[in-house]
Amino acid sequence: MSAPLVSMRGLGRTFVSRKGLFGAHRSMRAVDDVTLDIPAGKVTGVVGESGCGKSTLARLALRLIEASSGSVTFDGTDIGSLEPAAMRQIRRRMQMVFQDPYSSLDPRYSIADCLLEPFAIQGLMPPARQRAAQVDDLLDMVGLARSVASSFPHQLSGGQKQRVGIARALALKPQFLVLDEPTASLDVSIQAQIIELLERFRDDFGLTYLFISHDLGLVRYFCDQIVVMYLGRIVEVMDRPDATPRHPYSRALLNSTFAPDPAKRRVVTPMAGEIPSPFALPPGCAFAARCPQASALCKAERPTLAESTAGGRIACHHPQD
Amino acid sequence: MALLDLSDVTVSIGVLTPLDRIAFSIEAGEIVGVVGESGSGKSLTAMAVMGLLPLIGGRITSGAVRFADVELNRLPERDYRALRGRRIALISQNPMTSLDPIRRVGEQIDQVSMMHLGLGAERARLRSVDMMRQLRIPEADVVHGNYPHQLSGGMKQRIVIAMALAADPELIVADEPTTALDVTIQAQIIQIMVEMARRKNVALMLITHDMGVVAQACDRVVVLYAGRVAETGSVERIFAAPRHPYTKSLIGCIPVEGLPPGGLKGIDGVVPGVANYPTGCRFHPRCSLAQDRCKIEAPLLRALEEGAAACHLAGDPP
Repeated sequence: MSAPLVSMRGLGRTFVSRKGLFGAHRSMRAVDDVTLDIPAGKVTGVVGESGCGKSTLARLALRLIEASSGSVTFDGTDIGSLEPAAMRQIRRRMQMVFQDPYSSLDPRYSIADCLLEPFAIQGLMPPARQRAAQVDDLLDMVGLARSVASSFPHQLSGGQKQRVGIARALALKPQFLVLDEPTASLDVSIQAQIIELLERFRDDFGLTYLFISHDLGLVRYFCDQIVVMYLGRIVEVMDRPDATPRHPYSRALLNSTFAPDPAKRRVVTPMAGEIPSPFALPPGCAFAARCPQASALCKAERPTLAESTAGGRIACHHPQD
Repeated sequence: MALLDLSDVTVSIGVLTPLDRIAFSIEAGEIVGVVGESGSGKSLTAMAVMGLLPLIGGRITSGAVRFADVELNRLPERDYRALRGRRIALISQNPMTSLDPIRRVGEQIDQVSMMHLGLGAERARLRSVDMMRQLRIPEADVVHGNYPHQLSGGMKQRIVIAMALAADPELIVADEPTTALDVTIQAQIIQIMVEMARRKNVALMLITHDMGVVAQACDRVVVLYAGRVAETGSVERIFAAPRHPYTKSLIGCIPVEGLPPGGLKGIDGVVPGVANYPTGCRFHPRCSLAQDRCKIEAPLLRALEEGAAACHLAGDPP
C-alpha cells in the first residue's frame, strides 16, 4: 500500500463523567490505543456499532478534540503539538463531512454563504466579483443546480444538503477528508448517489478518505482498508476489502447485512449477551460476553492486536478461518 | 378473499393528491414489503390503512380499503378504535414516539391486552412477559419493570413489537421499523418480526426503502413511486426479473458482494414533490429508457405473467 498520509500511534481519548450531581467521577476510554496508518489516495473504512468510538476517532484524526494519549501525524507533522495558528493552517488540507446534514448547516446562512464560509475562516475570501463564480464551481462539482446558491438549508432535501456539506468540505481543496457516516440518514438511492460522487473525487483529485460507517456491506464495496472497532479498540484490520473477516465480531457484522437477493436469505444468529458498559470494561476481551467462541482465556486476558496470517491485523485468541 | 385489499385508493390533502389509485392486497399471514424512496407515499399508505389520515387533514377521495369483511374507509371513528391495536397494529419508525417515557414498559404492553382482550392485571402481566421471552428479551420479568430510558434502541423496538402483538392482531403495519437502528440490531429485529409473523400467522405490511430488507423478509413486494404503484410481484420474480426501471434502479442501490469499483449506481435526481408531479409516467425524468410516450401518457398498472407493472415498456421481455 502507498505511504501513509495520516498515522495514528497509540491514540486514546478518555471521557470523564459524573453519576448524578454528587456522584463519583467515572471515566471511559472512548478510543483506546489505536495505531493505524491511513494510506494516501486510498479509502480507509472504520466500522462498528453505535458507541464503539468510531466518531471519536474521526474527531481525533482532525484534532477537533484533544487526544488523552498517543499521537496523530499528518503528512509528517505531529498535529497534537501545533499552536492554534499552525493548526488552522494545516486544517485547510484536512476536512470533515458530518453525519447529519440537517444540523451541520447553519439554517440562517444561504447555501452561497455556507460555501464561502471556509474561505472566510481561512482568510482566503475571493474578491466580491469572483465569489459567485466560486460558488457556481462548487455547486457544479457536486451536481447541484446553480440556482441552489440563494436557497436556505430548509429548502433542500437531505441528499442535496449532504452534497452542500461535501462541496463545503472540498472548497479549500483538501487532501484528506473524514466522512462521518455521511449517508446514514439518507435513502439508499441517495446513499448510492453520494458514494458515486465520492468515488469520482477520489479518482479525480487523489483524495484520501477516512470513512466511518456501521454498514460493513457498504464499507466492503467502497474501502481499500477496513478497520473494525469494538468498544474503543481495533479488533481487526483487513488490508483488502474482499478479505474474509477472521474476528468473530467482524463476522457477526457481515452476517447482519442483507443481500438484495431472496436466494441469499440468511439466518441471523443473534449475539448473546449485552454490550458491556464502557465505564466498566471486563478484564479480558470486551467481546467475550457476546462471542460464540469465547473461552476462559478470553475472559481472563485481553488479546493484543497482532499481525494476522491472512494479512492485516487481528485481536483475537481464536481467529476463524 | 384477501385480508387487506386496497382498490384504486386515492388520497387528497387539500388540493393536493399525494396518493393516486393505489391498488394491492395482502393475504392472511403474508409478509408484503412496501418500498420506495422518501416521498413515494409509503407512510401515507400506512396511514390510509390505519385510518389516521384525518390527523394530517387528509381523506380517501375514491377507491376502497377493505380489511377482512370491513370496509375501512366507511368505518366511523368509534368502530375504528375498536379495530386499531386489536385486529390491526402499528409499529412506527422511532420506538421512542410509541412509548410513554414515564410509564414502565411492561405496563404499556399489559394495557393492550387488558383493554382489547379484557384480561385482568395479573394475567395480562404473565402474557406480556411470555411475549417478551418469545421476542428474546433477556430477563423479561426484570425488563417488564423498566422505564423506556433504561433500555437500548433495539430493546425498545422489541417492546413496541410486543405491544403490537399483545392483542393477537391479524395484520401488523410496520413503518420503517429498523431505520433508526444499527445494522446488527436491524438484522435481529427483522428476523424476530418474520419469525413471529410466521408462528402466529400474522400478516405483515413492512414499509422500507431498503431492498436488502425486502429480499430477506418478504413474500411479495409493492413498489411505490411518487404516489403511484410502479410494480407488484413475488419477491423471487421482482429480484430475478424486475420489469419497472424504477424497481431495477432500487435494487442496484445496494452494494453486493464482489461488485466492482464504480459498480454502485444511485438513481439520478430526486422524487418530485406532490405539487410538482411530472406529466405522463412520473418516473420519466429519472428514467434512462424514457421515450416520448412516457412524457405524455401515464402508464396503467397492467398484469404481467406474475404481478403487475405500470410501465409502457414492461410488455417487452426484460
